Amino acid sequence: MTAFEAAGLTRSYQLEGVTVDALRGVDLTIGDGEFAAILGPSGSGKSTLMHLLGCLDRPTSGVLKVGGVDVSTLDDTSLAELRNRMIGFVFQSFHLLARTSALDNVALPLVYRGVAKTERRSRARRALEAVGLAHRLDHRPSQMSGGEQQRVAIARALVGDPQVVLADEPTGNLDTRNGEEVMGLLERLNADQGVAIVLVTHEPEVANRARRQIHVRDGLIERDVA
Amino acid sequence: MRTAEAFRMALEALRVNRLRSALTMLGVIIGVSAVVILVAIGTGAKDAIEDEISGLGSNIILVVPGQLNFQAAPTQSRLDLSDVNYVRRVVGDPSRVTVSVQSGENIRVGRNEAFVTVVGTDENIRNVFERPLKRGRYLTETDIDTRRRVAVLGSEVSEQLFGDLDPVGRQATIAGVRFRVVGVYEKVGATFGVARDRETHIPVTTAQRLLGVERVNGIAIGASGPDVIDSLGQRVVDALTSRYPDEKFSAVTQTQLLGTIGTVLGMLTGVLAAIAGISLLVGGVGVSNIMLVSVRERTKEIGLRKALGARQRDVLGQFLIEAVLLTTIGGTIGIALGVGGSLLIETLSPVPASITLWSILLAFGVSAVVGVFFGVAPARRAGRLDPVVALRAE
Repeated sequence: MTAFEAAGLTRSYQLEGVTVDALRGVDLTIGDGEFAAILGPSGSGKSTLMHLLGCLDRPTSGVLKVGGVDVSTLDDTSLAELRNRMIGFVFQSFHLLARTSALDNVALPLVYRGVAKTERRSRARRALEAVGLAHRLDHRPSQMSGGEQQRVAIARALVGDPQVVLADEPTGNLDTRNGEEVMGLLERLNADQGVAIVLVTHEPEVANRARRQIHVRDGLIERDVA
Repeated sequence: MRTAEAFRMALEALRVNRLRSALTMLGVIIGVSAVVILVAIGTGAKDAIEDEISGLGSNIILVVPGQLNFQAAPTQSRLDLSDVNYVRRVVGDPSRVTVSVQSGENIRVGRNEAFVTVVGTDENIRNVFERPLKRGRYLTETDIDTRRRVAVLGSEVSEQLFGDLDPVGRQATIAGVRFRVVGVYEKVGATFGVARDRETHIPVTTAQRLLGVERVNGIAIGASGPDVIDSLGQRVVDALTSRYPDEKFSAVTQTQLLGTIGTVLGMLTGVLAAIAGISLLVGGVGVSNIMLVSVRERTKEIGLRKALGARQRDVLGQFLIEAVLLTTIGGTIGIALGVGGSLLIETLSPVPASITLWSILLAFGVSAVVGVFFGVAPARRAGRLDPVVALRAE
């Protein structure tokens, strides 16, 4: 099975009356368990591509299948459910709920899946243990280092057993040591659990740790190196 | 998403912004407590007046000349004592009919002087009105028949003229004529601003001679039961109209008075409640405003929740519950303050206040509705946020 299958994907925006073509026809297939990096300078369209893959946005034209499902056939509610089931997000700025414990932050995706509280908490605890934060369950984001916060975010991405983790500049806000730790964690998850990882970055050394580099420029895939 | 979870999140959000939540609630609290207090005052006033009317006695019919409505000028009475006897025959039981001739006069005892309402009446007044005696005796049939110069004093008149002395058997001068006091009434209070304790009762025949009139001001009938009041009143009015075809007569019952007063005070209470309701509405606008600010502030959080799989209705529900919690918690506090305030007013001030269940339920219901009504717009805005835009927001 393939995680993502895109054909002729375009995305245009209207910016103050001017049409901006962020993606101009992308064909891309990412298989299960792959570890791919999407690279490109800012404005290249890599973020737009990630939003489309993450079902946060819809293509202007073209076909996008996520886990075999054509997203154009889904309404907003089904799209939210697909997101919840299939995709885990890791953001550059962590995006944790500030006044909420690590455990509850991690459990949040399960809330929207309708999982009962006790199960939510035990699954969240396991996910936090898997990222090495068993000792930080009740800590709030403000009580943790950047690296720890990003590991909480990774636990949150994993708690729902997604097919893919989309990581948008996951090391962008971290120092080298913490960035290294986060990358190691992603690699281990990919290797041990078979979760496909799609990494968006503009740093070549981060991208080089992936087994495949997809270079995006001017809304098109310029190079796809496996 | 489970509703319980949505409530927990909403409560958490309110707790985090404690001061802001409290200030937002304040509008609702003031509105709701104002509704409860003002309705309590309106209802209290109505109860007090209804008590006064019921305190007159039971099943009373007042027969007065002319047509009774609020626009008409009072009609000069042409009823006299023969008409009273005629009404007695119509009613069938003479002891249930009494009469009054009224005039404001000076009454003097030694150096003490008072201006009182002198009421010429008869021995049947005790059968029609609630007028318990404190001392001495009522007027008797013989007093009326022989035009005795005797008087029964209202409690306040007695106090003013005689102080602590027992007035029974003593002399008092009314409009220059000497009267003997034969009785003193118990204190009964005022009805419609008529100070009944400032009345002095003398035989109707004596009063007519004293005032130089033949007429009587009105006739009062005590019906034997509540169910015959209307028919008896009509019968008396018909009989008087057939005797004087050119004149009009009216029968006024306590029920009518209660109805009229009830309508007027009900309207007053409604107006008070409406004014308080406006402040509740203003409170609702405050809630709406704060919720919009909150949605803007938490745009990133909304984007994140959506990315993690929150559907539009999950986000909408979360913010709507937050708004409704703001107004219902505010409403509950407002009810507590309103009830407390009403009790305080009732105990510490002469203003009567009577708490009604309907005003409490209404105030609570309205605050919940205000929450939904004013929460919907911000909640919809939150629910419809585009996750990509929301996540990018700084």
